[in-house]
Amino acid sequence: MAIRQCAIYGKGGIGKSTTTQNLVAGLAELGKKIMIVGCDPKADSTRLILHSKAQSTIMQMAADAGSVEDLELEDVLKTGYAGIRCVESGGPEPGVGCAGRGVITAINFLEEEGAYEEDLDFVFYDVLGDVVCGGFAMPIRQNKAQEIYIVVSGEMMAMYAANNICKGIVKYASSGSVRLAGLICNSRNTDREDELIEALARRLGTQMIHFVPRHNDVQRAEIRRMTVIEYNPKCIQADEYRSLSQKIIDNKNLVVPTPLTMDELEDLLLEFGILEEEDESIIGRTAEQERMIAIQPSA
Amino acid sequence: MSQSAEHIMPCHPLFREPEYKDMLAAKAAQFEDKPDMDKLEEVFQWTTSPEYKELNFKREALTINPAKACQPLGAVLCALGFKDTLPYVHGSQGCVAYFRSYFNRHFKEPIACVSDSMTEDAAVFGGHPNMNTGLQNATALYKPNIIAVSTTCMAEVIGDDLHAFITNAKKNGFIPMEAHTPSAHTPSFVGSHTTGYDNMMEGILRYFTLNEVHEKQVGSNGRINIIPGFETYLGNYRLLRRYMEAMGVGYTMLSDPSEVLDTPADGTYRMYAGGTTVEEIKDAPNAIDTLMVQPICMGTKTRKFIQDTWGQPATAIHPPMGLAWTDAFLMKVSELSGKPIPPSLELERGRLVDMMADSQAWLHGKKVSLYGDPDFVMGMCQFMMELGVEPLHVLIHNASKQVGKRLKKILDEHPFGQSAQLHIGRDLWHLRSLVFEERPDFMIGNSYGKFIQRDTRHKGEAYEVPLVRIGFPIFDRHHLHRCTTLGYEGGMYILTEVVNTLLAELDRKTMGYGTTDYNFDLIR
Repeated sequence: MAIRQCAIYGKGGIGKSTTTQNLVAGLAELGKKIMIVGCDPKADSTRLILHSKAQSTIMQMAADAGSVEDLELEDVLKTGYAGIRCVESGGPEPGVGCAGRGVITAINFLEEEGAYEEDLDFVFYDVLGDVVCGGFAMPIRQNKAQEIYIVVSGEMMAMYAANNICKGIVKYASSGSVRLAGLICNSRNTDREDELIEALARRLGTQMIHFVPRHNDVQRAEIRRMTVIEYNPKCIQADEYRSLSQKIIDNKNLVVPTPLTMDELEDLLLEFGILEEEDESIIGRTAEQERMIAIQPSA
Repeated sequence: MSQSAEHIMPCHPLFREPEYKDMLAAKAAQFEDKPDMDKLEEVFQWTTSPEYKELNFKREALTINPAKACQPLGAVLCALGFKDTLPYVHGSQGCVAYFRSYFNRHFKEPIACVSDSMTEDAAVFGGHPNMNTGLQNATALYKPNIIAVSTTCMAEVIGDDLHAFITNAKKNGFIPMEAHTPSAHTPSFVGSHTTGYDNMMEGILRYFTLNEVHEKQVGSNGRINIIPGFETYLGNYRLLRRYMEAMGVGYTMLSDPSEVLDTPADGTYRMYAGGTTVEEIKDAPNAIDTLMVQPICMGTKTRKFIQDTWGQPATAIHPPMGLAWTDAFLMKVSELSGKPIPPSLELERGRLVDMMADSQAWLHGKKVSLYGDPDFVMGMCQFMMELGVEPLHVLIHNASKQVGKRLKKILDEHPFGQSAQLHIGRDLWHLRSLVFEERPDFMIGNSYGKFIQRDTRHKGEAYEVPLVRIGFPIFDRHHLHRCTTLGYEGGMYILTEVVNTLLAELDRKTMGYGTTDYNFDLIR
């Protein structure tokens, strides 16, 4: 069977890496063979699988060795919990260099060295924040990830980001086979969060594949650098991730998304009370003017 | 002295006339802050010392006088070898001007190649609009049958996706859906021009054969494919054709720019001439096998594609340079095709052997320093050792450590390879230090070696190392690119150049009137 390649996108800090590693642990429990490719200069996409602070990255090792051609696959590919293979692209310190190129270089290296020729069921790309430049779209180029999952919550900026990512996907979907496979709601306990994300998913033409509730076990596992499934396999949160994993295995709902316009997105947020109706009359009015209006007798 | 139409002096010797000497000296004194000749001389002498060599070899973050070029240059040469094909570089205009002038200076021919002129806004917003209008304009103006798209650094750093951009340009009607648009990502900061050639070749073969490969049958057309690689000797393309025809073996040359890079001056400009046709590419998977004349150059993507997708063995060969490796090449063609090697080639071989025997006395034990692309250097080492010449410094800038190991094995196994020092990933400034440390009898390489010759000569006549110009690029001699370096015929050319350089050198040294001219012989 062909390898299923999935890319996980979403706003920074939303819980992409935690969600990815937990759901991958769930897949591994079901006997699936998986590789995680971390596409973020922070290199924290594999720490829960490897129990390490941060894996040595392809780009760091290439810089140390002189060039990427001097690396061997076994130098960069580490195996962690349940045989999950882990690799981090790595990239520069904030404010310098080009992290996007790091992603391109790393994925090209993995291809050339035959990392994808192994007996794998799934490859997961955990990609930094927004699709800010062409390099971060590398995982969704032709013959790479065909399924994209967006991690989102009921917060306004997370939804903006999800919608923007969909705009990026459309560009690639029209020339290739990459498709949106669903939204994963990583709950922040906001009001009517599940309904809101379901509504957003509908508008985007996709589904909310799973609602992952908030649970302290995630943090408890995290400080031990473990996934919930490994740390406490019997807890209810572990079952949530297992259920997400099973849904991904069964998922056939792959679409070209229909991103919303800014107005449409704002209407949706208004409907759920996340955004308040704007009072256009106050725009551009200074405090002094407000005071004058307040003391004026109404006509 | 002003120039007159009756007596025009060129740059040299004009600038040696007294008024120019005075003017240049005044300019240097007043405006250039130039150190005096004693200081220059002191620094020069220091750069030729053993201490300097040691420092030079500790260099980590600096390349001086590289012996390699960048990926898109190779992609452009590859594309030029296909019929009615326009090389198109997605990226900045200056890069493409460089590829054009580089080939232009070597081949003394116009080089048709376009860019989509990405500028600062494209760097920010992506080069998608450039691709749309670039493809549209190139199609309208130059009417190519194939547009072969490669990339420069700029497009690569911002992560432009060629496949998506080109497909979108077609879907949005900028060029017809059926336009032929193979492509290859060729970041200049990875590998060298040979990598770019490999990537573009793979891109072209993939584009035209991937979707039809199930209809193909290896061996069904009874032919052999030949991929020349980054080959800049036009005679080599002609030689490969001649050998295949002499053997009576059907063949397809995958990329042959020998027509478009050698067009006649008859009043008609030919933007396109000759080259491999689309039909030939599509038929290539039906061949018995594909032989890569530059096995290291083509050893990565193209070989893998031919083996994995076409299912051909892509039999490993050595570059057919010199006697033994040309024998091996012809025997391999004979084995694959079942056709015997004809008497005409045996005759040609015999002539080369005869020439080698004739010159043996002048070549035996001579030491050579050579540099260039990996396949060229490997073949040249092999042939030099066959001639009795001992490789001293063997320098390849653009090779991997594995290639270094293979070359080391070849040298180690030969009695004349014992004193060879292998320098992989080093540049020509390293080579300069090496030839000062231990003088070879001559160098083989491209035109850039002339500066090493000048410096060794300045150190003193006993240090001067003559340069035999074989390689790429050759900017300062004319028409050498039309010669042949492969096969028995190529062996004859190389042998002639080498032995006559050494004899000319001997003449120069024995010209001393009444001193050394006891050996200024008429017969050598």
